[in-house]
Amino acid sequence: MYRQASIEVENVTVDYNGKVALHGAALSLSEGTIASLVGMNGSGKSTLFKAIMGFVTPSTGRVLINGLPIRSAQKRGLVAYVPQAEEVDWNFPVSVSDVVMMGRYGHMNLLRIPRSIDRHIVEESLDRVQMIQFRDRQIGELSGGQKKRAFLARALAQQGTVMLLDEPFTGVDVKTEKAIIQLLMELRDRGHTILISTHDLSSVSTFCDQVVFINQTVLAYGATNEVFTQENLNRTFGGAMPAIQTNPNP
Amino acid sequence: MNAIAEWLVAPLQYEFMIKAVLMSAFVGLVCAVLSCYMTLKGWALMGDAVAHSVTPGVVLAYILNLPFALGAFVFGVGSVLAIGFIKSKTRIKEDTVIGLVFTGFFALGLVLISKNPSNVDLMHILFGNVLGIPTSDLIQTFVIGSFTLITVLILRKDLLLFCFDPTHARSIGLNITALYYILLTLLSLTIVVALQAVGVILVVAMLITPGAIAYLLSDRFDRMMLIAMFFGVFSSVLGTYISFHLDASTGGCIVVLQTLLFVATMIFAPKHGLLVRTFKSA
Repeated sequence: MYRQASIEVENVTVDYNGKVALHGAALSLSEGTIASLVGMNGSGKSTLFKAIMGFVTPSTGRVLINGLPIRSAQKRGLVAYVPQAEEVDWNFPVSVSDVVMMGRYGHMNLLRIPRSIDRHIVEESLDRVQMIQFRDRQIGELSGGQKKRAFLARALAQQGTVMLLDEPFTGVDVKTEKAIIQLLMELRDRGHTILISTHDLSSVSTFCDQVVFINQTVLAYGATNEVFTQENLNRTFGGAMPAIQTNPNP
Repeated sequence: MNAIAEWLVAPLQYEFMIKAVLMSAFVGLVCAVLSCYMTLKGWALMGDAVAHSVTPGVVLAYILNLPFALGAFVFGVGSVLAIGFIKSKTRIKEDTVIGLVFTGFFALGLVLISKNPSNVDLMHILFGNVLGIPTSDLIQTFVIGSFTLITVLILRKDLLLFCFDPTHARSIGLNITALYYILLTLLSLTIVVALQAVGVILVVAMLITPGAIAYLLSDRFDRMMLIAMFFGVFSSVLGTYISFHLDASTGGCIVVLQTLLFVATMIFAPKHGLLVRTFKSA
Protein backbone atom coordinates (compact mmCIF):
# COMPACT_ATOMS: atom_id res chain seq x y z
CA MET A 1 0.00 0.00 0.00
CA TYR A 2 1.27 3.48 -0.89
CA ARG A 3 2.05 5.59 2.10
CA GLN A 4 2.31 9.30 1.63
CA ALA A 5 5.35 11.02 3.08
CA SER A 6 4.45 13.14 6.10
CA ILE A 7 7.45 15.41 5.83
CA GLU A 8 8.85 15.93 2.37
CA VAL A 9 11.81 18.25 1.91
CA GLU A 10 12.74 18.71 -1.74
CA ASN A 11 16.05 20.29 -2.73
CA VAL A 12 15.75 23.06 -0.14
CA THR A 13 18.35 25.82 -0.16
CA VAL A 14 18.18 28.61 2.41
CA ASP A 15 20.38 31.65 2.42
CA TYR A 16 20.46 34.58 4.82
CA ASN A 17 21.45 37.70 2.85
CA GLY A 18 23.50 35.66 0.38
CA LYS A 19 25.09 33.43 3.04
CA VAL A 20 24.03 29.86 2.36
CA ALA A 21 22.95 28.08 5.55
CA LEU A 22 21.49 24.98 3.96
CA HIS A 23 22.17 23.70 0.48
CA GLY A 24 19.99 21.36 -1.57
CA ALA A 25 18.59 19.50 1.44
CA ALA A 26 16.32 16.56 0.65
CA LEU A 27 14.45 14.40 3.10
CA SER A 28 11.38 12.24 3.17
CA LEU A 29 9.80 10.88 6.34
CA SER A 30 6.76 8.65 6.26
CA GLU A 31 4.06 8.49 8.91
CA GLY A 32 4.71 6.51 12.03
CA THR A 33 8.34 7.58 12.31
CA ILE A 34 10.52 9.08 15.00
CA ALA A 35 13.52 10.72 13.39
CA SER A 36 16.30 12.61 15.05
CA LEU A 37 18.16 15.45 13.44
CA VAL A 38 21.87 15.25 14.19
CA GLY A 39 24.38 17.99 13.46
CA MET A 40 26.74 20.49 15.05
CA ASN A 41 25.81 24.06 15.95
CA GLY A 42 25.84 26.04 12.72
CA SER A 43 25.37 22.90 10.63
CA GLY A 44 22.04 24.15 9.29
CA LYS A 45 20.07 22.00 11.75
CA SER A 46 17.92 24.81 13.05
CA THR A 47 17.63 26.27 9.55
CA LEU A 48 16.15 22.98 8.32
CA PHE A 49 13.77 23.08 11.29
CA LYS A 50 12.76 26.61 10.41
CA ALA A 51 12.29 25.65 6.77
CA ILE A 52 10.02 22.77 7.74
CA MET A 53 8.05 25.13 9.99
CA GLY A 54 7.88 27.75 7.23
CA PHE A 55 9.74 30.37 9.30
CA VAL A 56 12.27 30.88 6.53
CA THR A 57 11.46 30.86 2.84
CA PRO A 58 13.79 28.62 0.84
CA SER A 59 15.44 30.23 -2.19
CA THR A 60 15.01 26.94 -4.03
CA GLY A 61 12.99 23.81 -3.39
CA ARG A 62 9.91 23.25 -1.26
CA VAL A 63 8.57 21.51 1.82
CA LEU A 64 5.36 19.50 1.90
CA ILE A 65 3.54 18.26 4.99
CA ASN A 66 1.17 15.37 4.28
CA GLY A 67 1.36 16.48 0.64
CA LEU A 68 0.28 20.06 1.49
CA PRO A 69 2.26 23.30 1.35
CA ILE A 70 3.35 24.33 4.85
CA ARG A 71 0.91 27.21 5.34
CA SER A 72 -2.10 25.06 4.46
CA ALA A 73 -0.83 22.27 6.69
CA GLN A 74 -0.40 24.76 9.57
CA LYS A 75 -3.85 26.23 9.07
CA ARG A 76 -5.23 22.72 9.45
CA GLY A 77 -3.29 22.39 12.70
CA LEU A 78 -1.25 19.46 11.40
CA VAL A 79 2.12 20.65 12.64
CA ALA A 80 2.88 20.95 16.34
CA TYR A 81 6.05 22.56 17.59
CA VAL A 82 7.68 22.16 20.99
CA PRO A 83 10.08 25.07 21.55
CA GLN A 84 13.33 25.22 23.45
CA ALA A 85 12.96 26.51 26.99
CA GLU A 86 15.02 29.63 26.26
CA GLU A 87 12.50 30.89 23.72
CA VAL A 88 9.77 31.46 26.29
CA ASP A 89 9.19 34.37 28.70
CA TRP A 90 8.54 32.38 31.89
CA ASN A 91 7.24 35.44 33.77
CA PHE A 92 4.31 35.73 31.39
CA PRO A 93 0.97 35.80 33.25
CA VAL A 94 -0.38 32.51 31.94
CA SER A 95 -1.11 29.25 33.73
CA VAL A 96 -0.15 25.76 32.58
CA SER A 97 -3.67 25.05 31.35
CA ASP A 98 -3.76 28.44 29.54
CA VAL A 99 -0.65 27.35 27.64
CA VAL A 100 -2.09 23.95 26.77
CA MET A 101 -5.34 25.63 25.69
CA MET A 102 -3.28 27.61 23.17
CA GLY A 103 -2.80 24.33 21.35
CA ARG A 104 -6.55 24.33 20.72
CA TYR A 105 -6.79 27.84 19.20
CA GLY A 106 -6.60 26.53 15.65
CA HIS A 107 -9.70 24.43 16.33
CA MET A 108 -11.74 27.25 17.86
CA ASN A 109 -13.75 30.10 16.37
CA LEU A 110 -12.38 33.63 16.01
CA LEU A 111 -13.04 34.56 19.65
CA ARG A 112 -11.15 31.46 20.87
CA ILE A 113 -13.79 30.61 23.44
CA PRO A 114 -13.10 27.06 24.65
CA ARG A 115 -15.91 24.55 24.20
CA SER A 116 -16.28 21.59 26.52
CA ILE A 117 -14.46 19.38 24.01
CA ASP A 118 -11.46 21.76 24.14
CA ARG A 119 -11.43 21.69 27.94
CA HIS A 120 -11.67 17.94 27.85
CA ILE A 121 -8.74 17.59 25.44
CA VAL A 122 -6.65 19.98 27.55
CA GLU A 123 -7.31 17.89 30.67
CA GLU A 124 -6.52 14.71 28.80
CA SER A 125 -3.27 16.13 27.41
CA LEU A 126 -2.18 17.33 30.85
CA ASP A 127 -3.02 13.93 32.24
CA ARG A 128 -0.90 12.14 29.65
CA VAL A 129 2.20 14.09 30.66
CA GLN A 130 1.35 13.77 34.38
CA MET A 131 0.89 17.50 34.79
CA ILE A 132 -2.77 17.66 35.78
CA GLN A 133 -1.93 18.65 39.37
CA PHE A 134 0.04 21.68 38.13
CA ARG A 135 -2.58 23.04 35.77
CA ASP A 136 -3.22 26.24 37.74
CA ARG A 137 0.45 27.08 38.28
CA GLN A 138 1.92 30.12 36.60
CA ILE A 139 4.39 28.67 34.07
CA GLY A 140 7.45 30.22 35.71
CA GLU A 141 6.75 28.22 38.88
CA LEU A 142 7.57 24.91 37.20
CA SER A 143 10.80 22.92 37.17
CA GLY A 144 12.70 22.39 33.91
CA GLY A 145 11.16 19.00 33.26
CA GLN A 146 7.67 20.23 34.10
CA LYS A 147 8.05 23.15 31.70
CA LYS A 148 8.95 20.76 28.90
CA ARG A 149 5.99 18.54 29.74
CA ALA A 150 3.62 21.52 29.72
CA PHE A 151 4.67 22.43 26.19
CA LEU A 152 4.50 18.80 25.15
CA ALA A 153 0.92 18.75 26.44
CA ARG A 154 0.18 21.78 24.27
CA ALA A 155 1.49 19.88 21.23
CA LEU A 156 -0.71 16.91 22.18
CA ALA A 157 -3.76 19.13 22.58
CA GLN A 158 -3.19 20.49 19.10
CA GLN A 159 -3.72 16.95 17.77
CA GLY A 160 -1.44 17.46 14.79
CA THR A 161 0.06 14.43 13.06
CA VAL A 162 3.50 15.97 12.64
CA MET A 163 5.46 17.06 15.68
CA LEU A 164 8.76 18.91 15.79
CA LEU A 165 10.70 19.07 19.05
CA ASP A 166 13.68 21.36 19.50
CA GLU A 167 16.16 19.92 22.02
CA PRO A 168 13.47 18.26 24.14
CA PHE A 169 15.92 16.67 26.59
CA THR A 170 18.06 19.61 27.66
CA GLY A 171 17.54 20.58 31.27
CA VAL A 172 15.34 17.55 31.87
CA ASP A 173 15.91 14.86 34.49
CA VAL A 174 16.30 11.20 33.50
CA LYS A 175 12.84 10.24 34.69
CA THR A 176 11.18 12.95 32.59
CA GLU A 177 13.32 12.04 29.60
CA LYS A 178 12.12 8.46 29.84
CA ALA A 179 8.51 9.58 30.16
CA ILE A 180 8.82 11.85 27.11
CA ILE A 181 10.41 9.07 25.04
CA GLN A 182 7.65 6.68 26.09
CA LEU A 183 5.01 9.19 25.00
CA LEU A 184 6.71 9.87 21.67
CA MET A 185 6.85 6.14 20.95
CA GLU A 186 3.12 5.83 21.66
CA LEU A 187 2.43 8.68 19.25
CA ARG A 188 4.64 7.04 16.65
CA ASP A 189 2.67 3.81 17.01
CA ARG A 190 -0.51 5.78 16.31
CA GLY A 191 0.95 7.03 13.02
CA HIS A 192 2.42 10.38 14.05
CA THR A 193 5.63 11.65 12.48
CA ILE A 194 8.08 13.08 14.96
CA LEU A 195 11.24 15.01 14.20
CA ILE A 196 13.61 15.76 17.07
CA SER A 197 16.58 18.04 17.07
CA THR A 198 19.02 16.83 19.71
CA HIS A 199 22.60 16.96 20.91
CA ASP A 200 22.16 13.78 22.86
CA LEU A 201 23.56 11.09 20.58
CA SER A 202 23.47 8.36 23.21
CA SER A 203 19.68 8.15 23.22
CA VAL A 204 19.28 8.31 19.42
CA SER A 205 19.74 4.62 18.75
CA THR A 206 17.46 3.59 21.60
CA PHE A 207 14.20 5.05 20.32
CA CYS A 208 14.65 6.77 16.94
CA ASP A 209 13.65 4.78 13.87
CA GLN A 210 15.47 7.14 11.57
CA VAL A 211 18.43 9.46 11.78
CA VAL A 212 19.07 12.52 9.64
CA PHE A 213 22.66 13.77 9.46
CA ILE A 214 23.14 17.43 8.68
CA ASN A 215 26.20 19.39 7.72
CA GLN A 216 25.23 22.31 5.44
CA THR A 217 22.99 19.79 3.67
CA VAL A 218 21.37 16.45 4.47
CA LEU A 219 24.39 14.15 4.35
CA ALA A 220 22.48 10.95 4.92
CA TYR A 221 19.21 9.76 6.36
CA GLY A 222 17.52 6.43 6.82
CA ALA A 223 16.89 3.64 9.29
CA THR A 224 18.96 4.07 12.43
CA ASN A 225 20.59 0.63 12.25
CA GLU A 226 21.77 1.37 8.70
CA VAL A 227 22.92 4.97 8.78
CA PHE A 228 23.94 5.51 12.41
CA THR A 229 27.54 4.64 11.61
CA GLN A 230 30.88 5.98 12.72
CA GLU A 231 31.52 7.10 9.15
CA ASN A 232 28.39 9.28 9.00
CA LEU A 233 29.18 10.67 12.43
CA ASN A 234 32.65 11.59 11.24
CA ARG A 235 31.26 13.30 8.15
CA THR A 236 28.72 15.16 10.27
CA PHE A 237 31.07 16.29 12.98
CA GLY A 238 34.20 16.53 10.83
CA GLY A 239 36.16 14.24 13.12
CA ALA A 240 35.43 16.55 16.05
CA MET A 241 33.40 13.82 17.73
CA PRO A 242 34.72 11.13 19.99
CA ALA A 243 33.75 7.62 18.93
CA ILE A 244 30.30 6.87 20.22
CA GLN A 245 28.96 3.62 21.43
CA THR A 246 26.38 2.49 18.89
CA ASN A 247 23.58 0.41 20.19
CA PRO A 248 22.16 -1.41 17.20
CA ASN A 249 18.90 -2.75 18.61
CA PRO A 250 16.06 -0.82 17.00
CA MET B 1 -17.70 62.48 54.75
CA ASN B 2 -19.53 65.57 53.57
CA ALA B 3 -16.28 67.21 52.62
CA ILE B 4 -15.37 64.27 50.38
CA ALA B 5 -18.79 64.30 48.71
CA GLU B 6 -18.49 68.03 48.25
CA TRP B 7 -14.98 67.59 46.80
CA LEU B 8 -16.36 65.07 44.28
CA VAL B 9 -19.69 66.67 43.44
CA ALA B 10 -18.96 70.38 43.38
CA PRO B 11 -16.83 70.33 40.21
CA LEU B 12 -19.64 68.60 38.34
CA GLN B 13 -21.75 71.76 38.31
CA TYR B 14 -19.51 72.84 35.46
CA GLU B 15 -20.26 71.23 32.12
CA PHE B 16 -16.61 71.20 31.12
CA MET B 17 -15.81 69.13 34.23
CA ILE B 18 -18.48 66.56 33.44
CA LYS B 19 -17.00 66.21 29.97
CA ALA B 20 -13.48 66.06 31.36
CA VAL B 21 -14.31 63.32 33.86
CA LEU B 22 -16.11 61.26 31.21
CA MET B 23 -13.32 61.75 28.76
CA SER B 24 -10.51 60.90 31.16
CA ALA B 25 -12.35 57.82 32.48
CA PHE B 26 -12.78 56.56 28.94
CA VAL B 27 -9.21 57.37 27.94
CA GLY B 28 -7.97 55.64 31.09
CA LEU B 29 -9.96 52.54 30.17
CA VAL B 30 -8.77 52.29 26.56
CA CYS B 31 -5.15 52.98 27.46
CA ALA B 32 -5.23 50.45 30.31
CA VAL B 33 -6.45 47.68 27.99
CA LEU B 34 -3.63 48.36 25.53
CA SER B 35 -1.10 48.78 28.35
CA CYS B 36 -1.36 45.06 29.19
CA TYR B 37 -0.05 44.17 25.76
CA MET B 38 2.53 46.96 25.73
CA THR B 39 4.12 45.89 29.02
CA LEU B 40 4.13 42.20 28.09
CA LYS B 41 5.53 42.84 24.62
CA GLY B 42 8.06 45.41 25.88
CA TRP B 43 6.83 48.13 23.57
CA ALA B 44 7.16 51.19 25.83
CA LEU B 45 9.64 52.86 23.47
CA MET B 46 7.44 52.04 20.50
CA GLY B 47 4.46 53.66 22.26
CA ASP B 48 6.46 56.77 23.03
CA ALA B 49 7.66 56.90 19.43
CA VAL B 50 4.18 56.70 17.92
CA ALA B 51 2.90 59.31 20.39
CA HIS B 52 5.56 61.85 19.41
CA SER B 53 5.19 61.05 15.73
CA VAL B 54 1.53 62.10 15.58
CA THR B 55 2.45 65.75 16.27
CA PRO B 56 2.86 66.92 12.63
CA GLY B 57 -0.39 65.10 11.78
CA VAL B 58 -2.33 67.03 14.41
CA VAL B 59 -0.90 70.34 13.22
CA LEU B 60 -1.61 69.59 9.55
CA ALA B 61 -5.15 68.54 10.42
CA TYR B 62 -5.74 71.92 12.10
CA ILE B 63 -4.23 73.79 9.17
CA LEU B 64 -6.30 71.85 6.62
CA ASN B 65 -9.39 71.97 8.83
CA LEU B 66 -9.69 68.17 9.01
CA PRO B 67 -10.52 66.12 12.13
CA PHE B 68 -7.42 66.03 14.34
CA ALA B 69 -7.83 62.27 14.80
CA LEU B 70 -7.35 61.67 11.09
CA GLY B 71 -4.08 63.57 10.91
CA ALA B 72 -2.80 61.96 14.10
CA PHE B 73 -3.71 58.46 12.92
CA VAL B 74 -2.09 58.88 9.49
CA PHE B 75 1.18 60.03 11.03
CA GLY B 76 1.03 57.44 13.81
CA VAL B 77 0.69 54.59 11.34
CA GLY B 78 3.19 56.32 9.04
CA SER B 79 5.81 56.27 11.78
CA VAL B 80 5.15 52.58 12.44
CA LEU B 81 5.57 51.75 8.76
CA ALA B 82 8.70 53.90 8.51
CA ILE B 83 10.20 52.10 11.52
CA GLY B 84 9.34 48.70 10.02
CA PHE B 85 10.75 49.66 6.62
CA ILE B 86 14.06 51.05 7.88
CA LYS B 87 14.53 48.14 10.26
CA SER B 88 14.05 45.52 7.55
CA LYS B 89 16.08 47.30 4.87
CA THR B 90 19.13 48.42 6.82
CA ARG B 91 21.46 46.94 9.42
CA ILE B 92 20.52 49.55 12.03
CA LYS B 93 19.22 48.23 15.36
CA GLU B 94 15.56 48.65 16.24
CA ASP B 95 15.89 51.10 19.13
CA THR B 96 18.09 53.37 17.01
CA VAL B 97 15.54 53.26 14.20
CA ILE B 98 12.72 54.10 16.59
CA GLY B 99 14.72 57.02 18.01
CA LEU B 100 15.53 58.32 14.52
CA VAL B 101 11.98 58.15 13.23
CA PHE B 102 10.11 59.67 16.14
CA THR B 103 12.47 62.57 16.72
CA GLY B 104 12.32 63.34 12.99
CA PHE B 105 8.52 63.34 12.97
CA PHE B 106 8.30 65.30 16.21
CA ALA B 107 10.76 67.91 14.95
CA LEU B 108 8.71 68.32 11.79
CA GLY B 109 5.70 68.92 14.04
CA LEU B 110 7.54 71.66 15.94
CA VAL B 111 8.52 73.37 12.69
CA LEU B 112 4.93 73.27 11.46
CA ILE B 113 3.61 74.68 14.74
CA SER B 114 6.11 77.51 14.77
CA LYS B 115 5.11 78.49 11.23
CA ASN B 116 1.38 78.52 12.12
CA PRO B 117 1.29 79.93 15.61
CA SER B 118 -2.21 81.31 15.41
CA ASN B 119 -3.95 78.05 14.46
CA VAL B 120 -2.55 75.61 16.94
CA ASP B 121 -1.72 75.71 20.60
CA LEU B 122 1.55 73.87 21.08
CA MET B 123 0.91 73.39 24.77
CA HIS B 124 -2.36 71.57 24.10
CA ILE B 125 -0.71 69.11 21.74
CA LEU B 126 2.19 68.48 24.04
CA PHE B 127 0.33 68.31 27.33
CA GLY B 128 -3.33 67.80 26.49
CA ASN B 129 -6.33 69.91 27.33
CA VAL B 130 -9.03 67.75 28.81
CA LEU B 131 -10.69 70.68 30.59
CA GLY B 132 -11.51 72.45 27.34
CA ILE B 133 -12.56 69.90 24.76
CA PRO B 134 -15.36 70.62 22.30
CA THR B 135 -18.22 68.11 22.12
CA SER B 136 -17.28 67.12 18.57
CA ASP B 137 -13.85 65.96 19.76
CA LEU B 138 -15.48 64.09 22.63
CA ILE B 139 -17.66 62.17 20.17
CA GLN B 140 -14.68 61.47 17.90
CA THR B 141 -12.79 60.07 20.86
CA PHE B 142 -15.66 57.83 21.95
CA VAL B 143 -16.15 56.41 18.45
CA ILE B 144 -12.48 55.65 17.89
CA GLY B 145 -12.00 54.37 21.43
CA SER B 146 -15.00 52.05 21.22
CA PHE B 147 -13.75 50.65 17.92
CA THR B 148 -10.36 50.00 19.53
CA LEU B 149 -11.88 48.33 22.58
CA ILE B 150 -14.10 46.05 20.51
CA THR B 151 -11.22 45.03 18.25
CA VAL B 152 -9.00 44.19 21.21
CA LEU B 153 -11.83 42.26 22.81
CA ILE B 154 -12.31 40.14 19.68
CA LEU B 155 -8.61 39.55 19.09
CA ARG B 156 -7.68 39.41 22.78
CA LYS B 157 -6.41 35.84 22.78
CA ASP B 158 -4.64 35.96 19.44
CA LEU B 159 -2.83 39.13 20.49
CA LEU B 160 -1.85 37.50 23.77
CA LEU B 161 -0.50 34.45 21.95
CA PHE B 162 1.36 36.76 19.57
CA CYS B 163 3.03 38.45 22.56
CA PHE B 164 3.74 35.22 24.40
CA ASP B 165 4.81 32.77 21.72
CA PRO B 166 4.84 34.03 18.12
CA THR B 167 6.46 30.77 16.98
CA HIS B 168 3.49 28.74 18.14
CA ALA B 169 1.08 31.35 16.78
CA ARG B 170 2.69 30.88 13.39
CA SER B 171 2.83 27.13 13.60
CA ILE B 172 -0.95 26.94 14.04
CA GLY B 173 -1.43 29.08 10.95
CA LEU B 174 -1.99 32.54 12.44
CA ASN B 175 -0.63 35.45 10.41
CA ILE B 176 1.80 37.03 12.86
CA THR B 177 2.79 39.83 10.50
CA ALA B 178 -0.86 40.85 10.39
CA LEU B 179 -1.11 40.60 14.21
CA TYR B 180 2.01 42.76 14.55
CA TYR B 181 0.52 45.52 12.40
CA ILE B 182 -2.92 45.17 14.00
CA LEU B 183 -1.41 45.69 17.45
CA LEU B 184 0.55 48.70 16.20
CA THR B 185 -2.57 50.15 14.56
CA LEU B 186 -4.51 49.69 17.80
CA LEU B 187 -1.65 51.44 19.58
CA SER B 188 -1.89 54.36 17.14
CA LEU B 189 -5.65 54.59 17.61
CA THR B 190 -5.28 54.52 21.39
CA ILE B 191 -2.76 57.35 21.22
CA VAL B 192 -5.21 59.35 19.11
CA VAL B 193 -7.83 58.72 21.78
CA ALA B 194 -5.56 59.78 24.62
CA LEU B 195 -3.99 62.76 22.90
CA GLN B 196 -6.44 65.42 24.07
CA ALA B 197 -6.45 64.21 27.63
CA VAL B 198 -2.75 63.96 28.37
CA GLY B 199 -0.85 65.12 25.27
CA VAL B 200 1.90 63.45 23.28
CA ILE B 201 4.56 63.67 25.99
CA LEU B 202 2.72 61.80 28.72
CA VAL B 203 0.55 59.41 26.75
CA VAL B 204 3.15 56.66 26.99
CA ALA B 205 2.68 56.65 30.78
CA MET B 206 -1.02 55.86 30.33
CA LEU B 207 0.04 53.08 27.97
CA ILE B 208 2.41 51.30 30.31
CA THR B 209 1.82 52.21 33.96
CA PRO B 210 -1.58 50.51 34.50
CA GLY B 211 -0.22 47.38 32.79
CA ALA B 212 2.93 47.44 34.91
CA ILE B 213 0.90 47.82 38.13
CA ALA B 214 -1.39 44.96 37.13
CA TYR B 215 1.54 42.77 36.10
CA LEU B 216 2.89 43.00 39.67
CA LEU B 217 -0.51 42.07 41.08
CA SER B 218 -1.53 39.11 38.97
CA ASP B 219 -0.22 35.97 37.33
CA ARG B 220 -3.25 35.59 35.06
CA PHE B 221 -3.79 37.67 31.98
CA ASP B 222 -7.55 38.15 32.35
CA ARG B 223 -7.16 39.34 35.93
CA MET B 224 -4.23 41.53 34.90
CA MET B 225 -6.48 43.18 32.31
CA LEU B 226 -9.24 43.87 34.88
CA ILE B 227 -6.78 45.27 37.42
CA ALA B 228 -5.19 47.50 34.78
CA MET B 229 -8.63 48.75 33.74
CA PHE B 230 -9.49 49.58 37.34
CA PHE B 231 -6.25 51.49 37.93
CA GLY B 232 -6.47 53.20 34.54
CA VAL B 233 -9.97 54.56 35.16
CA PHE B 234 -9.42 55.28 38.85
CA SER B 235 -6.22 57.27 38.33
CA SER B 236 -7.61 59.18 35.35
CA VAL B 237 -10.76 60.28 37.16
CA LEU B 238 -9.08 61.05 40.47
CA GLY B 239 -6.24 62.81 38.63
CA THR B 240 -8.75 65.02 36.82
CA TYR B 241 -10.39 65.98 40.14
CA ILE B 242 -7.04 66.74 41.74
CA SER B 243 -6.08 68.85 38.77
CA PHE B 244 -9.33 70.81 39.10
CA HIS B 245 -8.89 71.46 42.81
CA LEU B 246 -5.19 72.26 42.57
CA ASP B 247 -5.62 74.13 39.31
CA ALA B 248 -2.72 72.09 37.93
CA SER B 249 -1.97 70.29 34.66
CA THR B 250 -4.48 67.43 34.21
CA GLY B 251 -2.15 65.12 32.32
CA GLY B 252 0.50 65.80 34.92
CA CYS B 253 -1.81 65.02 37.84
CA ILE B 254 -3.03 61.77 36.26
CA VAL B 255 0.46 60.51 35.51
CA VAL B 256 1.93 61.51 38.88
CA LEU B 257 -0.95 59.66 40.55
CA GLN B 258 -0.32 56.59 38.38
CA THR B 259 3.35 56.65 39.20
CA LEU B 260 2.61 56.88 42.94
CA LEU B 261 0.23 53.93 42.61
CA PHE B 262 2.96 52.04 40.81
CA VAL B 263 5.51 52.77 43.54
CA ALA B 264 3.06 51.65 46.22
CA THR B 265 2.36 48.46 44.28
CA MET B 266 6.02 47.81 43.73
CA ILE B 267 6.59 47.93 47.48
CA PHE B 268 3.42 46.32 48.83
CA ALA B 269 2.28 43.87 46.13
CA PRO B 270 1.32 40.64 47.91
CA LYS B 271 3.42 38.28 45.80
CA HIS B 272 5.81 40.25 43.59
CA GLY B 273 6.30 43.28 45.88
CA LEU B 274 9.66 44.32 47.30
CA LEU B 275 8.59 43.82 50.94
CA VAL B 276 7.46 40.25 50.41
CA ARG B 277 10.50 39.42 48.31
CA THR B 278 12.85 40.84 50.93
CA PHE B 279 11.21 38.88 53.73
CA LYS B 280 11.17 35.71 51.67
CA SER B 281 14.85 35.85 50.80
CA ALA B 282 15.84 36.85 54.35
